Order: sequence, then C-alpha cells, then structure tokens
Amino acid sequence: MSLLEIKNLKVRVEDREILKGINLTLNAGEVHSIMGPNGSGKSTLAQVLARRENYQVTGGEVLFNGKDLLAMKPEEAACEGLFLAFQYPVEIPGISNAYFLRSALNAIRKYRGEDEMDAMDFLPMLREKLKLLEMDDKLLNRSVNEAFSGGEKKRNEILQMAVLEPKLAILDETDSGLDIDALRIVAQGVNAMRSPERAMLVVTHYQRLLNYIVPDQVHVLVEGRIVRSGGPELALELEDQGYAAIESIARGASPA
Amino acid sequence: MGILKVATATQGLQNYAESFGGFEKAAASRELSWLRKLRQDGFARFSETGFPTLRDEDWRFTNVSAIAQTPFRLVRNGDSLPSRKDLDPFRIAGVGCQLVFVDGRFAPALSSLGQMPAGVTVSSLARQLARDPGALEPHLGHYLNLQRDAFGALNTAFLEDGGYVHIAKGLVVEAPISLLFVSTAHDFPTVNHPRNLIVAEEHSQVTIVEDYVSLGGGEALCNTVTELVARDRTVVSHYMIEREHEKSFNVSTLRIQQGRASDVASHSVLVGGALVRNNVHPVLAGEGAECLINGLFIGNGRQHLDNYMLVEHASPHCSSRQFYNGILDGHAHGVFHGRIIVHKDAQKTDAKQTNRNLLLSDSAQIDTKPQLEIYADDVKCTHGATIGQMDESALFYLRSRGIDEASARRLLLVAFASECLDRMKEGPVRTHLENLVHEHALRLAGASHESARQEQIA
Repeated sequence: MSLLEIKNLKVRVEDREILKGINLTLNAGEVHSIMGPNGSGKSTLAQVLARRENYQVTGGEVLFNGKDLLAMKPEEAACEGLFLAFQYPVEIPGISNAYFLRSALNAIRKYRGEDEMDAMDFLPMLREKLKLLEMDDKLLNRSVNEAFSGGEKKRNEILQMAVLEPKLAILDETDSGLDIDALRIVAQGVNAMRSPERAMLVVTHYQRLLNYIVPDQVHVLVEGRIVRSGGPELALELEDQGYAAIESIARGASPA
Repeated sequence: MGILKVATATQGLQNYAESFGGFEKAAASRELSWLRKLRQDGFARFSETGFPTLRDEDWRFTNVSAIAQTPFRLVRNGDSLPSRKDLDPFRIAGVGCQLVFVDGRFAPALSSLGQMPAGVTVSSLARQLARDPGALEPHLGHYLNLQRDAFGALNTAFLEDGGYVHIAKGLVVEAPISLLFVSTAHDFPTVNHPRNLIVAEEHSQVTIVEDYVSLGGGEALCNTVTELVARDRTVVSHYMIEREHEKSFNVSTLRIQQGRASDVASHSVLVGGALVRNNVHPVLAGEGAECLINGLFIGNGRQHLDNYMLVEHASPHCSSRQFYNGILDGHAHGVFHGRIIVHKDAQKTDAKQTNRNLLLSDSAQIDTKPQLEIYADDVKCTHGATIGQMDESALFYLRSRGIDEASARRLLLVAFASECLDRMKEGPVRTHLENLVHEHALRLAGASHESARQEQIA
C-alpha cells in the first residue's frame, strides 16, 4: 500500500479551478519534489493535503495510509502523521515555542494512545533537535515565530517536524527567503529525517534546494496539472530552460 | 412614553428615599455626627442627580435604566448565612486572611483571619467605626468625588460596612489580604453598598484582593466603593475580581490617592455579572508616583462590561500605564473609556493607554474611547486601541500540528489574556486568576467552536 495516493484531485477557490486533476503516488521512504511556476497550484496542493478549510474539493480522492484524507480535520491529519512545513509560518504572540511544541506532541501521542510526555523528558529531547538545526535555546522561550527572522522561522518549521516525527512531511517552499548557509542547515535537518518509513513531498520553485535534498522523483505542475514527471535530472533541465518552454507545451496540450 | 419614563424614575428615587429614611434610623454608628452628615450629603447628592443616563458623557455607552427601574431592597439581617463549604470555590490558596461579607455585611463566622503581623489591622468597617472612629474620620469620603458620581453618592448614603485595612509605616505584608463579597439569593431584588477603606502608611507594602461573587440566582445590585490611600513610597497591588452570576449588577469605584514615589497597581478581571461598571480613579498627587492599571474583561451572552478610568496626574514626574484586553463573544458589549487629565503643574508626565479587543462573534460589540486633557506643556501621552477577530491562520497553524480546534481556540484566548495576567506579580492571586481565566477561555473556546459549527450547518 502506498503512503499517499492522490487520484484525479480537483480543487476550486471561489470560482477558479486551481487543481484540475492531480494524480500522484508516494511510497514510504521516497522523496518527491513538486516544481512549478508561480500560481501553478503548488501551495494549494500542500494546503489541501494539510486540510485547510478555505478550499473546495470538487473531485477525486486522496488516501493517506489507506484512509480518506479529505474527510479528516487538520488535527486528525496531523495525528495520522502528516506534517506541513509552512511557506509562511504564522506568528503566535503569547504562546511559547516550547509550550506549543509540547502541546502538539502530546496531542499526537494522546491520539495514538501513548502517554503524554512531561517537561522533564521533553526538554532534553527538544535540545537535541535544536542542536541539529543550529538553533539558539532562547528561541524556545520566545513566542511562536514572533519576531523570528525569515531563516529562524523556516528552521523552526523543521524543528517542529523533527519533534513530531511525521510519516509524511510536505515542505512548502521551505527554501524561499533562505540564504545559502541557512539552506544548508535546513537541508541537513531534513536529510537527517529521511528514513525507509517516512516520505517527503518537497514543493519548490527553484532547483537549488534539490542539490541538497535529492529527490527520487520530480513532478512539474503547470496550471493545475502535472505535465511531466521524471528523475532528479528533470529539475536540472528546468533550471536550464526555465518554465517557459514547458508552460507553452502545457498550454498547447490543454483544451482552451 | 417620555412621561412614563420620568414617572418611573421619580418613583425609583422615591423608593430610595424611603429606604434611606429607614436605614438612617437604624444604621450602625449613627451617633457619629460626621458620619451622619457624610451619609446625608451622599443621599442629597444622589437625590439631586438621580441615576446617570446615556446623555451623561461618562455613561454614554452604558444604559443603567435596568438598575434604575428595579425595586432593589437592602438586606438588613443576614438571616441565612451560606455555609463555609459554599464558599470553597472562592477561596484563594495562599492568602494571609480572607474577610467574608454576605450581602454587604461582615460575616465573622465565614472569615479566616489568619495570623497577620503586628502593625496590620484587618477588620470590618462597622467594627472599626464602633471601636475607633477617629482613625476613619480623616479618610472616609475624603477622596471620593460625590459631585461626579451618582453611584458613589448612593454608596456613601448607605455606607455602613465593608473592609478596613491599615498597614503601619514601613511594614511589608507579603501574604495578600482578601475581601470576599457574596451576594445571596432572596425572593426580591437586593442591593448592597460595600464600602472599603485601605490605608497603607509610608514605605509599606501590601496586596489587597476584592472578590465579588454570588450564590444562588437572585437579582442583585452590588454598588461598591473603595478608597485606597497609598502614602509616600508605598507599593500597593489591588485586585478586583468580578465573577457574579448572570443576573447581577455590579458598579464599583476604586479611588486611589497616591503619595510621593508610591507605586500602585490596579488589576481587574471581569468575567461575571450582567451589567458591570468598573471605575478606577487614581490621583497621582505626590511627585514621582507610578500607577499601573491593568484590566481583562471576558464577556459572553448579553453581558455588558464597562471599564471606566480617570487618571489624574497632579504632580510632576509621574507615570501611568493603562492596559486593557477584552474578549467578547455572543452579544456581549464591552466598553473601554480611558480618560487622562494632566494638571497644569504635572510636568514630565508619562501616560500611556492601550486597549486591545478580540471579538469572537459578529454580534459582540466594543466601544473604546480615549480622552486626553492636558494642561501642562512638557508631557508624554500616548494611546492606542485595536479590535480584531480570532486569527484564522493561527488557528489553522495550531491545528495542523495536531491540536484540536477547541484547544487551539483556548490556547489563542489564553495567550491574549496572558498579556494582562503577565503584568501581575507572581504569587497566589495570579495563580488563582490564571486558573479562572483558563476556565473561562475553555468555556468560550467550546462555545464559539459550537456556534461556528452551527453557522456552517446553517
């Protein structure tokens, strides 16, 4: 059984059809990348999978671990092992990063019938993960993402992923706004989490991130459809030629 | 209709006149001529003005006609006292002592006097009037301005009992002193007028809690006044907790007189009551005095929670900070009216005012009004207000990490409320209030979750 099966997924936002029939299968242990120009529907796909409610699914189905993902609330999807690293992490004043992380971890553990983790066990584990991402301890006591730099926010997303240990991680443009040093650290954090049980879906506009997180497969999303799939070399080809060529082919192929 | 209204109002005042006549003849310490005069002046002033109306600038957001039209009666004899067990939910663990007042009268059997250090007097006003009226005469009624406050005048007319706290010079009292005011249910609407006097002598330090609660479901008006005298270099924390039930009216005035370099914090947490008006009126009379006015109000249903502040800067180099956070759901109506007066000689005044509001439903309402009157020329005064909804992207963010919707809402509400709780000194009162706020946030999170769901279904 595949970890994630997306079958002919169609999604609307208000009157506009954004995803026009996506098919994608992801097995445990695999890393796939979704590349595409701005406005192609990459982030919509990521948000729909994480169960954001402002999208209207008009067709198709998504199975996550064999279960109907589209029937789940965001918290259920998370508890089932899905994680979205946000393109724009949200600032939450008044809730400390450490408290937030422990609440999230314990919500998931509770859902799985495991004991909640107390602060005594939680903090040492958290400190280990912080080291991996070269993050400052001080970020734990600060409010979630509040006044974090762009790089700190993205690292904080990966920290959450490291703590929550999902089965499927979706990284939505985690590379955008990162300088090359921060990009390396983030990629190192992500690579440390690659395992035969875990799958990742790396959504990106640029190929650069894929030098560090090398995918098994690359899919090109244009105007709501996957127009090409291939190995990592496809990313390099896109980097060379840009999206223009592939876009015009896609347009030619799609009924007007 | 206009004539009818006037007739009802006049009749209402007539009820108070009869009630005052009866009260005066039987009131405690009626033999003290200064006290008799104080009460009579209070009643005369109240009779002149009657209850305020929406035309009154200080009351333009709060309609008290429901109070004016209800035939409240004084409870003269506390015939049936609640049991100690009834009050268990309102005990604050870790306080030094707790004085309990039932329908405005001191109930020694329910109070826990504890071991207060020498130099601390904690008593009831009625007892103190009987024992040592001379200590009260220079203070009682000397700070409250009857001219501008009909409810204060009414309270003064019916002044008889309440809390009395005196802290001797230089004394640091660590354990908070709690005054618990319980309104009990009767088969008629009741009124009580607690009157508190707190005097902190030079260089002393103390924490006072006023806690207003109700037992049973009766209609009641609690009209309370506290005069707090903070002499030079004192550090005083005052907490006002309003958690009466949904048929209660509560009008309170905290009048603070601050000496030189005194540091006073007034914290208020309003979570209960049908119609609540909380007046906080500090006068920074001594040079270098500092005042923090920190408030949190959480309303639901048809609650009306009005926070009125009048901060008077009367000396140079004083600073005042007002921070109020409101959370309103259902049809609740909140008011923040913060008035700052900087008198002519109060140079180098530093006054700041911030009001932040979270509206959880389309029917909830907030009126926020800053009002600055500045008569000095070298001052710094700032004010700001914000009104917003629950942040949907923050909610999704929390849920996407596995936290269920009601818990996520509760977390965001508590985070918003924490801005106020964090300004309180760590200790037993803050802990108690944190629990109280968590409880209310939980209720609102569940409720707004449910109403959002119903909107979706509809």
